[in-house]
Amino acid sequence: MNFDLSDEQRLLQQTVDDYLKTESPLSRLREFYDSDQSIDPVIWKGLGELGILGVQLPEAYGGAGLELLDLACVAERIGYAAAPGPFLAHTIAALALSLAGSDEQKEKWLPQLATGERVATLAFAEPGALWQPEQWKLSPRDGRISGQKENVLAADSADVILVGLDQGELALVEASSDGVHFDPSSGLDRTQKTALVTFDDAICDPLPGGSGVSGRVRDAALVLLAADAYGGGQRCLELAVDYAGTREQFGRKIGQFQALKHQLANLALDIEPCRALAWYSAYAWDHIPEESARAAAHAKSHVTDRFTRVARGTVEAHGGIGYTWECEVHFWLKRAIFGRTFLGTPRVHRLRAADLAGW
Amino acid sequence: MDLAYGKEYEAFRLEVRDFLAEHWLQGSREGNAPQATSDFRQTATDRGYLYRGVPKAYGGGEQPADALKAQVIREEFGRARAPMEVSGNGVSMLVPTLLERGEEWQKEKFIRKTILGEYQWAQGYSEPGSGSDLASLRTQGRLEGDEWVIDGQKIWTSQAQHCQFMFTLVRTEPEASKHAGISYLLVPLDQPGIEIKPLKMITGQSHFNEVFLNDARTPADWIVGERGEGWKVSKTTLKHERNAIGGGSQAIFESLMRLVGKATLDGRPALEDPSIRERIAALEAWVWAQKYTAYHQMTCGLQGKDPGIVTLLNKLLATDIGHEVAAVALELIGDASLKEPFAAAPDQRGDERWMNQFMGSLGNSIAGGTSNIQRNIIAERGLGLPREESTA
Repeated sequence: MNFDLSDEQRLLQQTVDDYLKTESPLSRLREFYDSDQSIDPVIWKGLGELGILGVQLPEAYGGAGLELLDLACVAERIGYAAAPGPFLAHTIAALALSLAGSDEQKEKWLPQLATGERVATLAFAEPGALWQPEQWKLSPRDGRISGQKENVLAADSADVILVGLDQGELALVEASSDGVHFDPSSGLDRTQKTALVTFDDAICDPLPGGSGVSGRVRDAALVLLAADAYGGGQRCLELAVDYAGTREQFGRKIGQFQALKHQLANLALDIEPCRALAWYSAYAWDHIPEESARAAAHAKSHVTDRFTRVARGTVEAHGGIGYTWECEVHFWLKRAIFGRTFLGTPRVHRLRAADLAGW
Repeated sequence: MDLAYGKEYEAFRLEVRDFLAEHWLQGSREGNAPQATSDFRQTATDRGYLYRGVPKAYGGGEQPADALKAQVIREEFGRARAPMEVSGNGVSMLVPTLLERGEEWQKEKFIRKTILGEYQWAQGYSEPGSGSDLASLRTQGRLEGDEWVIDGQKIWTSQAQHCQFMFTLVRTEPEASKHAGISYLLVPLDQPGIEIKPLKMITGQSHFNEVFLNDARTPADWIVGERGEGWKVSKTTLKHERNAIGGGSQAIFESLMRLVGKATLDGRPALEDPSIRERIAALEAWVWAQKYTAYHQMTCGLQGKDPGIVTLLNKLLATDIGHEVAAVALELIGDASLKEPFAAAPDQRGDERWMNQFMGSLGNSIAGGTSNIQRNIIAERGLGLPREESTA
């Protein structure tokens, strides 16, 4: 019985923290935020060099051969830093490829996805918030697809797109191929920019095991969203506490006022128990198949919901400055909304969890 | 990370199961008789399953600290619905305090009979003017010859009408500063100087009392710790109570699920209602967050690591989950919420029983330290925010 991270996992988190603190300080994040870039090439390259883009991939393809829990440890720190780019979509697309791709597909893509030299993304949502594998309608004809996918992370920076198809099938589409068009989406969360992707008779390359793993791939993504949300919520709490210990009114630090203390205590109560739920959902994905889908649904809905509350509370605790574009708090407010909505809202996953529980 | 208990503990689990199969007659008339329960506890204690932290010399099970074994015992006794340790302030608060701070004769005199359930203890802390600001208490104790003479009033004293003794905080050093003037005394309740008046709670029941002390007496050496150390001595016990209330909410969630399973809304099974399905799924996720947070704390305990702020959150987490359970139950029981929970005879009571949980969950925001005081503690000790300048 040991429900804690290992020393190696903590070291992995520390490595990510140290790197992002030095190389992606707020000043750099602000520039990215106000730009139209969907990837910061320097940071992306740096993350690749740390080895964290292939944590979950087999060693034979240049990965670290670790588990989803290890990847979730990284996702937590990515969320803490509100790190820019498609970490979620890239790592999950690569995970899907490693689970369901042919040897040829794996050899072609995985080594360069593990290093980040090439970028992968997920195209799951169809218009009408149809995110779940059983809702996908896009259907290939003679190896080609036509139709739209929404909210595709960093689509314009991607080399390969993992597309969800009818019957829960999965296929790869090379982003540079004919008949693939991108329209940036003016997304709310500018640390994770998305686009509308239109396929117009584009060639697709199906994963042989696609329909067998698409639910599990979705679950892995839910786990990462939960981990990211815990990290983001933890950062918000730190920002709120720091501000309360710095800002003075009525001749004293505002953190002395009981009203604010209680608000901040409630934020801690909201977010801190989320860590263990996010961990459990990752552990269950790795080791408890019969509970994995329900744990992922619970983690995604609960943690992103709490992150949203905590981010709102953090804006409020900052007063007027918290409502400005200049203050960084809104980065996490919007990341919270991203995590809450991407791949289906809490309501969607609570109803799924109820079904999975057999209620 | 590994949620398996491992070979050694699974072997221990089988041992506990065998023990229960042999000694606990679950649900039978014989098994439910008070004497059978008490005999079972004695056997389980002799086997080292109960009172593991109490030395054999005082009637305990005396086992090396092993949180995993304790967890396995809780799980297996729970599964078999076998009685665990006697409940009440004596076992949860006084015994640990005596073990840490008591004189040898005090341990010998009180612990064995307390864990057998023969001695029951009231907790005499709160006073009408001293609730959250407990250290402002004014009940006076003065030494006259070989006796303490005590005058004052205690309140919210749970179960005092059924107890033989009270451990209480009394101001014995009026010249000393607020916290340093308090002593921790043990007082027999059956005496002319003590009057116990039950208070009727919002549920209609009377669990707590006012205790009036007029020239009440207790022997001079019935003091735990030195004179003026009572505040420090009591801190040990308060921590125990917080742990007790901050337990998991799995059981109350399962009760709620039984209600959901049989309730109807608009003439249809409640379980088919999407808003109810969404709400109970959200609640289950919350209970899981609590459960795995507890696993993490247990792991940290086993490895001697500090789990951090979560230890301060346990009580509020359980309290808040209880409030949401109450809110969902209120939706489901419909017109039964118009009834008093205990008005009917026990075998005639229906869903109005949930109104006791509705009110009891509110009691959890108050008992053992209010939620608002706990928020101060989280903010100051957990988050490091500065103390308010105007309060001592």
